[in-house]
Amino acid sequence: MTYFFQQSLNALQLGSIYALIALGYTMVYGILTMINFAHGDLFMVGAFFTFIAAVLLGLPFVPTLLVSMIGVALLGVLIERVAYRPLRNAPRVSAVITALGVGLFLENFTLVFYPYPQHIPQLIQNTTWNIAGVSISSLQIIIILLSVGMMIMLDLIVRKTMVGMAMRAISWDKAIIPLMGVPLNLIVSATFALGTGLGAAAGTMYALAFPVIDPYMGILIGWKAFISAVVGGIGNIRGAMIGGFILGTVEIMVAAFLPSTYRDFVAFALLLVLLIFRPYGILGKPRPQKV
Amino acid sequence: MALLRAEHVTHYFGGLCAVSDFNLDLEQGELVGIIGPNGAGKTTVFNLITGVYKASEGSIQLNGQELVGRKPNAITQMGIARTFQNIRLFKDLTVMDNVRIAYYNGLKYSPWESLLHIGRYRAQEELYTNKALDLLEFFKLDQFADELAKNLPYGSQRRLEIARALATGPKLLLLDEPAAGMNPREIEQLMEFILWIRKEFSLTILLIEHQMRLVMGICERLKVLDFGATIAEGLPAEIRANPKVLEAYLGEGGDQ
Amino acid sequence: MIMDNTPSSTSTPVSKGHALLERWKMRWDRIANNRKIFPIVLAVGFILSILVPKFGLVNEYVQLVIIYIGINIILTTSLNLINGYMGEFSVGHAGFMAVGAYVSAIFTTKLLPENLEAIYFPLVVLAGGIGAALIGLLVSVPSFKTRGDYLAIVTLAFNMIVKSVIENIEVIGGPRGIPGIAKLTTLPWTFFWTVLAILVIRNFVYSNYGRGVQAIREDEIASDLMGVNTNRVKLLAFTLSSFFAGVAGALFAHVLQFISPKVFDIIKSTDVLIMVYLGGIGSITGSILGATVYTVLLEVLRPFGMWRMVLMPLMLVLLMIFRPRGIMGLREFRWLIPGFDLYALKYWRAKKEVSHGTPAS
Repeated sequence: MTYFFQQSLNALQLGSIYALIALGYTMVYGILTMINFAHGDLFMVGAFFTFIAAVLLGLPFVPTLLVSMIGVALLGVLIERVAYRPLRNAPRVSAVITALGVGLFLENFTLVFYPYPQHIPQLIQNTTWNIAGVSISSLQIIIILLSVGMMIMLDLIVRKTMVGMAMRAISWDKAIIPLMGVPLNLIVSATFALGTGLGAAAGTMYALAFPVIDPYMGILIGWKAFISAVVGGIGNIRGAMIGGFILGTVEIMVAAFLPSTYRDFVAFALLLVLLIFRPYGILGKPRPQKV
Repeated sequence: MALLRAEHVTHYFGGLCAVSDFNLDLEQGELVGIIGPNGAGKTTVFNLITGVYKASEGSIQLNGQELVGRKPNAITQMGIARTFQNIRLFKDLTVMDNVRIAYYNGLKYSPWESLLHIGRYRAQEELYTNKALDLLEFFKLDQFADELAKNLPYGSQRRLEIARALATGPKLLLLDEPAAGMNPREIEQLMEFILWIRKEFSLTILLIEHQMRLVMGICERLKVLDFGATIAEGLPAEIRANPKVLEAYLGEGGDQ
Repeated sequence: MIMDNTPSSTSTPVSKGHALLERWKMRWDRIANNRKIFPIVLAVGFILSILVPKFGLVNEYVQLVIIYIGINIILTTSLNLINGYMGEFSVGHAGFMAVGAYVSAIFTTKLLPENLEAIYFPLVVLAGGIGAALIGLLVSVPSFKTRGDYLAIVTLAFNMIVKSVIENIEVIGGPRGIPGIAKLTTLPWTFFWTVLAILVIRNFVYSNYGRGVQAIREDEIASDLMGVNTNRVKLLAFTLSSFFAGVAGALFAHVLQFISPKVFDIIKSTDVLIMVYLGGIGSITGSILGATVYTVLLEVLRPFGMWRMVLMPLMLVLLMIFRPRGIMGLREFRWLIPGFDLYALKYWRAKKEVSHGTPAS
């Protein structure tokens, strides 16, 4: 039982990282119906900004987190401006392939400077408490609380602010809403900034939890976060959070109770089963097609 | 026996009743119109007949064979073809290919023969291609055969959609607002055109239309839908005089 | 008069560069439209594929690059059937490749006696293709109900599952893979399979099954309503596509001589995707060009070292921005189109003239 609680805590930690990345996918999809395949790599860039801030600049945790988030948010906005905006009216796959290209660019560009995996120092004084046999580290608590805090904040932004309202309106209808005076480009930029910023935060936390980083780390984690977004219902913000925690839980539990090599297999098989029963994810709704 | 018989057809979208207790008997060779205000469930009736939606209740039969529960392509194969309210051509394919695709049902070569271009493939391809081109000529579209469908002018696109539907070899043709976006002169031509294809292809036609001029001009019988329910049916003259119909339209679209 | 300050080709003297461009364009058109090229290319290609390795006309390295071009053409053409002609977004092509590679490698390393492998090689490749096709059949089932992004996820999950299953089967080496595969993929065999893939997929595309596939891309509901049995057509397309992915996998295994699950992960699938969209969707010419350009560029840029992998995606992004449909999107060299299809309209008009006695216009 303690083993189970211990694993649950790990699941929460991994799940919150997946959820933070999944949010970026889902927000961009919601507003542009485009899968930003470079998002996993922006998460990786977040981890490397963490490395730069913490090791090269010697900053403590909070400034490091901010450097990573702001840096990646700017990068995300820049990518949207330069690579995606010209393709907004092109066939949808062209944008997707561009995103794949941007992702590859980020990976290989980083690889040029960091051909070898890098180590992230311990930025947070790590104390471990032992409660009824379950060991809880301060790092885990910080990761979980910080992620949940960011998610609540995002939820509030989307639901309560003018920017959030504009985002929801544009995801409802991209053609008409701008005619009503909503600045489309500004809102898209804001969406990218928020989404990639959260992805970078996930990168920082991931780097602290699993302190070896390499330029290709974003690929698999990115795809998995994407799957989380789909499980929750892509385009749905709360769905992405739920999906992230579900995938984190499934992965940790499979690894805990079955041979760890089954982890990916079970995770993806579960995804397929879920898609058979709920083809549009847990909170997603099919977009009705008019005949 | 009726060609098409719909009995007590009812359809729900979620909790919303889109069509309730729809009944229809279409005799061979008839030309019947369905009218009604926007959102009355007219296109839903077409979607139910052609299998795009599966009726929640009731039965639809073509020559006594049940249609409900069959896939759209199976229903097309049985002899029902349709056009669409908003034109749905295969835009990036040529005009010729648009029509050729509709011969899929009569395909008499196997996938193996198609992979190697052997056996019946060649003869069949030539047969269908020529049939398609003859049909296009019939519709005065053969000069566009090599063009992409999206490059045709609007009126030609409408004609092509009908040609494509006829290529499937239907007994019953469903036309969904064929006069949409046309001016009075074009509507005049369309009316003649519809009567002409009915004769040439010995069709039974069921059409949805807002243009009272067309409906009153060529339909032999009319059904009026409002909020999914049939509120009136009969000869055009009867419908024109029916107070319930006038009320449903509130003057809107009525050709007083 | 409308003020127009943009220089037009008539008002400015034709620049040298412009003339050169025009000439190249003419040459390009001539290549694109000359139908005699096709049999010539086939014959010359076949003879060269035999002579080159025999007399060592080019060095081993160039031969290897040519083999990879062939394999990539097979992969790209087969994926284009799904992503280009059918308009779906399959991201798991490497999964089918893995099945073909493993099935064939098991045959040559474990089942067949060593002295016979070379003789049985074509059958082994065929077996790889069939293995992959069977799996493709399975993957086509979710495509009946699911479309777009969700189908993309299904193919992605499929790719991951294949990799994960192989990792968990110890008999075939698990995560370590199969080493010591004989180098059986020769230039003539690569040429043979590449031409076969191109021709068979082209034939399929220019049949009513293939047109049904394209109709699904344009408008699935309308194609269903025009009588196209969409499920059957999807099943055919997925099976055919995965068959050739399996063939490519088998050839790949027997030139790389070592395979492991890691070789066939999502990065490999991404490579094929890039070649498809670089060349252009819905075009076999495009697939051939895309695969060739991508493979050759990777080699040509080798002197740039690590920067080569930075330049490639950058070029892809630029191409997508300035030419979102790829090099050849939805267009085809005339010599790749079956003759009677290309001239169908002409034949029909000629027949009309004969039967009417007078010219139509």
